[in-house]
Amino acid sequence: MEVTMSVNGDDVSQEIEPRTLLVHFIRDHLGLTGTHWGCDTSNCGTCVVWVDDEPVKSCTTLAAMASGHDVRTVEGMEVDGVLDPVQEGFIQCHGLQCGFCTPGMMLTARALLDRNPDPTDGEIREAISGQICRCTGYSTIVRSIQWAAAKERETPVEVGAS
Amino acid sequence: MQVPAPFEYERATSVDHAIALMERLGDEARLVAGGHSLIPMMKLRLATPEYLIDINDLASELGYIRVEGDEVRIGAMTRHRELLESNDLAAVLPIFRDAEKVIADPVVRNRGTLGGSLCQADPSEDLSAVCDAIGASCVIRGRSGERVVSMHDFHRGPYETAVADGEMLTEVRVPIRPHSGSAYHKVERRAGDWAVASAGAAVTMDGDVIADGRVGLCAVGPNLTNIEPISAALSGQAPSEDLYATVGQIAADNATPSTDTRGTAAYKTHLAKELTIRSLRKAVARATGQE
Repeated sequence: MEVTMSVNGDDVSQEIEPRTLLVHFIRDHLGLTGTHWGCDTSNCGTCVVWVDDEPVKSCTTLAAMASGHDVRTVEGMEVDGVLDPVQEGFIQCHGLQCGFCTPGMMLTARALLDRNPDPTDGEIREAISGQICRCTGYSTIVRSIQWAAAKERETPVEVGAS
Repeated sequence: MQVPAPFEYERATSVDHAIALMERLGDEARLVAGGHSLIPMMKLRLATPEYLIDINDLASELGYIRVEGDEVRIGAMTRHRELLESNDLAAVLPIFRDAEKVIADPVVRNRGTLGGSLCQADPSEDLSAVCDAIGASCVIRGRSGERVVSMHDFHRGPYETAVADGEMLTEVRVPIRPHSGSAYHKVERRAGDWAVASAGAAVTMDGDVIADGRVGLCAVGPNLTNIEPISAALSGQAPSEDLYATVGQIAADNATPSTDTRGTAAYKTHLAKELTIRSLRKAVARATGQE
């Protein structure tokens, strides 16, 4: 079957098997390997991408189900060479070690800050509770997201731009 | 790599279209809503439908929470996140917010739906226990029209519901009664996990006594809808810790859990009792304006 969708603002159209999962479509068909493929059971959250501005687990979504929709991956966070404040925050506050969970963490964080520009640490922990990090103990991830939130409050940026 | 077995994909644009597709494709077709139960089962090849009918385009037609008069009507495509965030729903049926806070995780809740959860009919699935406790009824639509069945009749057993081939669940209806309260308590090993055990309770007060009370249990037996001895024990009684303990014991006596990686049968039976007590206590507090 043919699927057509916008991925990071670019229209893509490909012939796929209906059983192709969105994570494999993004990685193997489009070559966007920033989206990681982890537990394959919708637990770890490293495969999170946005479909129509909402984070979803792409290992549990068919590419066919995303046809006709707007998909955003971690590659779409940086715009014209400028990192998203969430990406900057992860650099500034050591929000990653091995980097495996990072794409999902950052996309979920971006969605949180778009809805709630001034989250508490508890709200951040709740928002990322569907993602697993085995390196950081989460503290630096929470700090990274707070860094991004603080930066955006000081210098409002257009959120959700892609 | 876990990948589903091959299937043909169709996308429905309306309820009528979905029903027509099911009729045309036959009993090897399955509906997929959020997909967070069915797709994992397909990846494990526990489910191998020949046709998958995507009903996500029905989110506008079947995604709603309407509090109207003495009834709440919730569309089957209403997603977990909407159930969690609806203040209108929390005001009349706080049990939904209690449960939704502990169903899966926020990202999964963006996709999973009320209808999908109920139709999956997993014995460890929270919303079946919720809908049982609050006396919900289910609207099932097929080619020949609509029928409305009670939650007790809807939930036939593990992974089995009253929805027949060519039919779909479209709406859940819940009566709103004055002086009522509801609550849900769950024990899970880690955030977002399935319940080790959970219990939901709903009560309606008549002055100082409980006119009507129900408890729904989850993860402690194959089919625990409509536990009549609990309702009988609550009816006409004044709320008290002794009453909650008695009812909790009935819940434990009706529980038939299995020992597995989430806990021993004895522990789950204990939880059935304790969570029933806690849910009843909170439901009564809410019904009597103490919370």
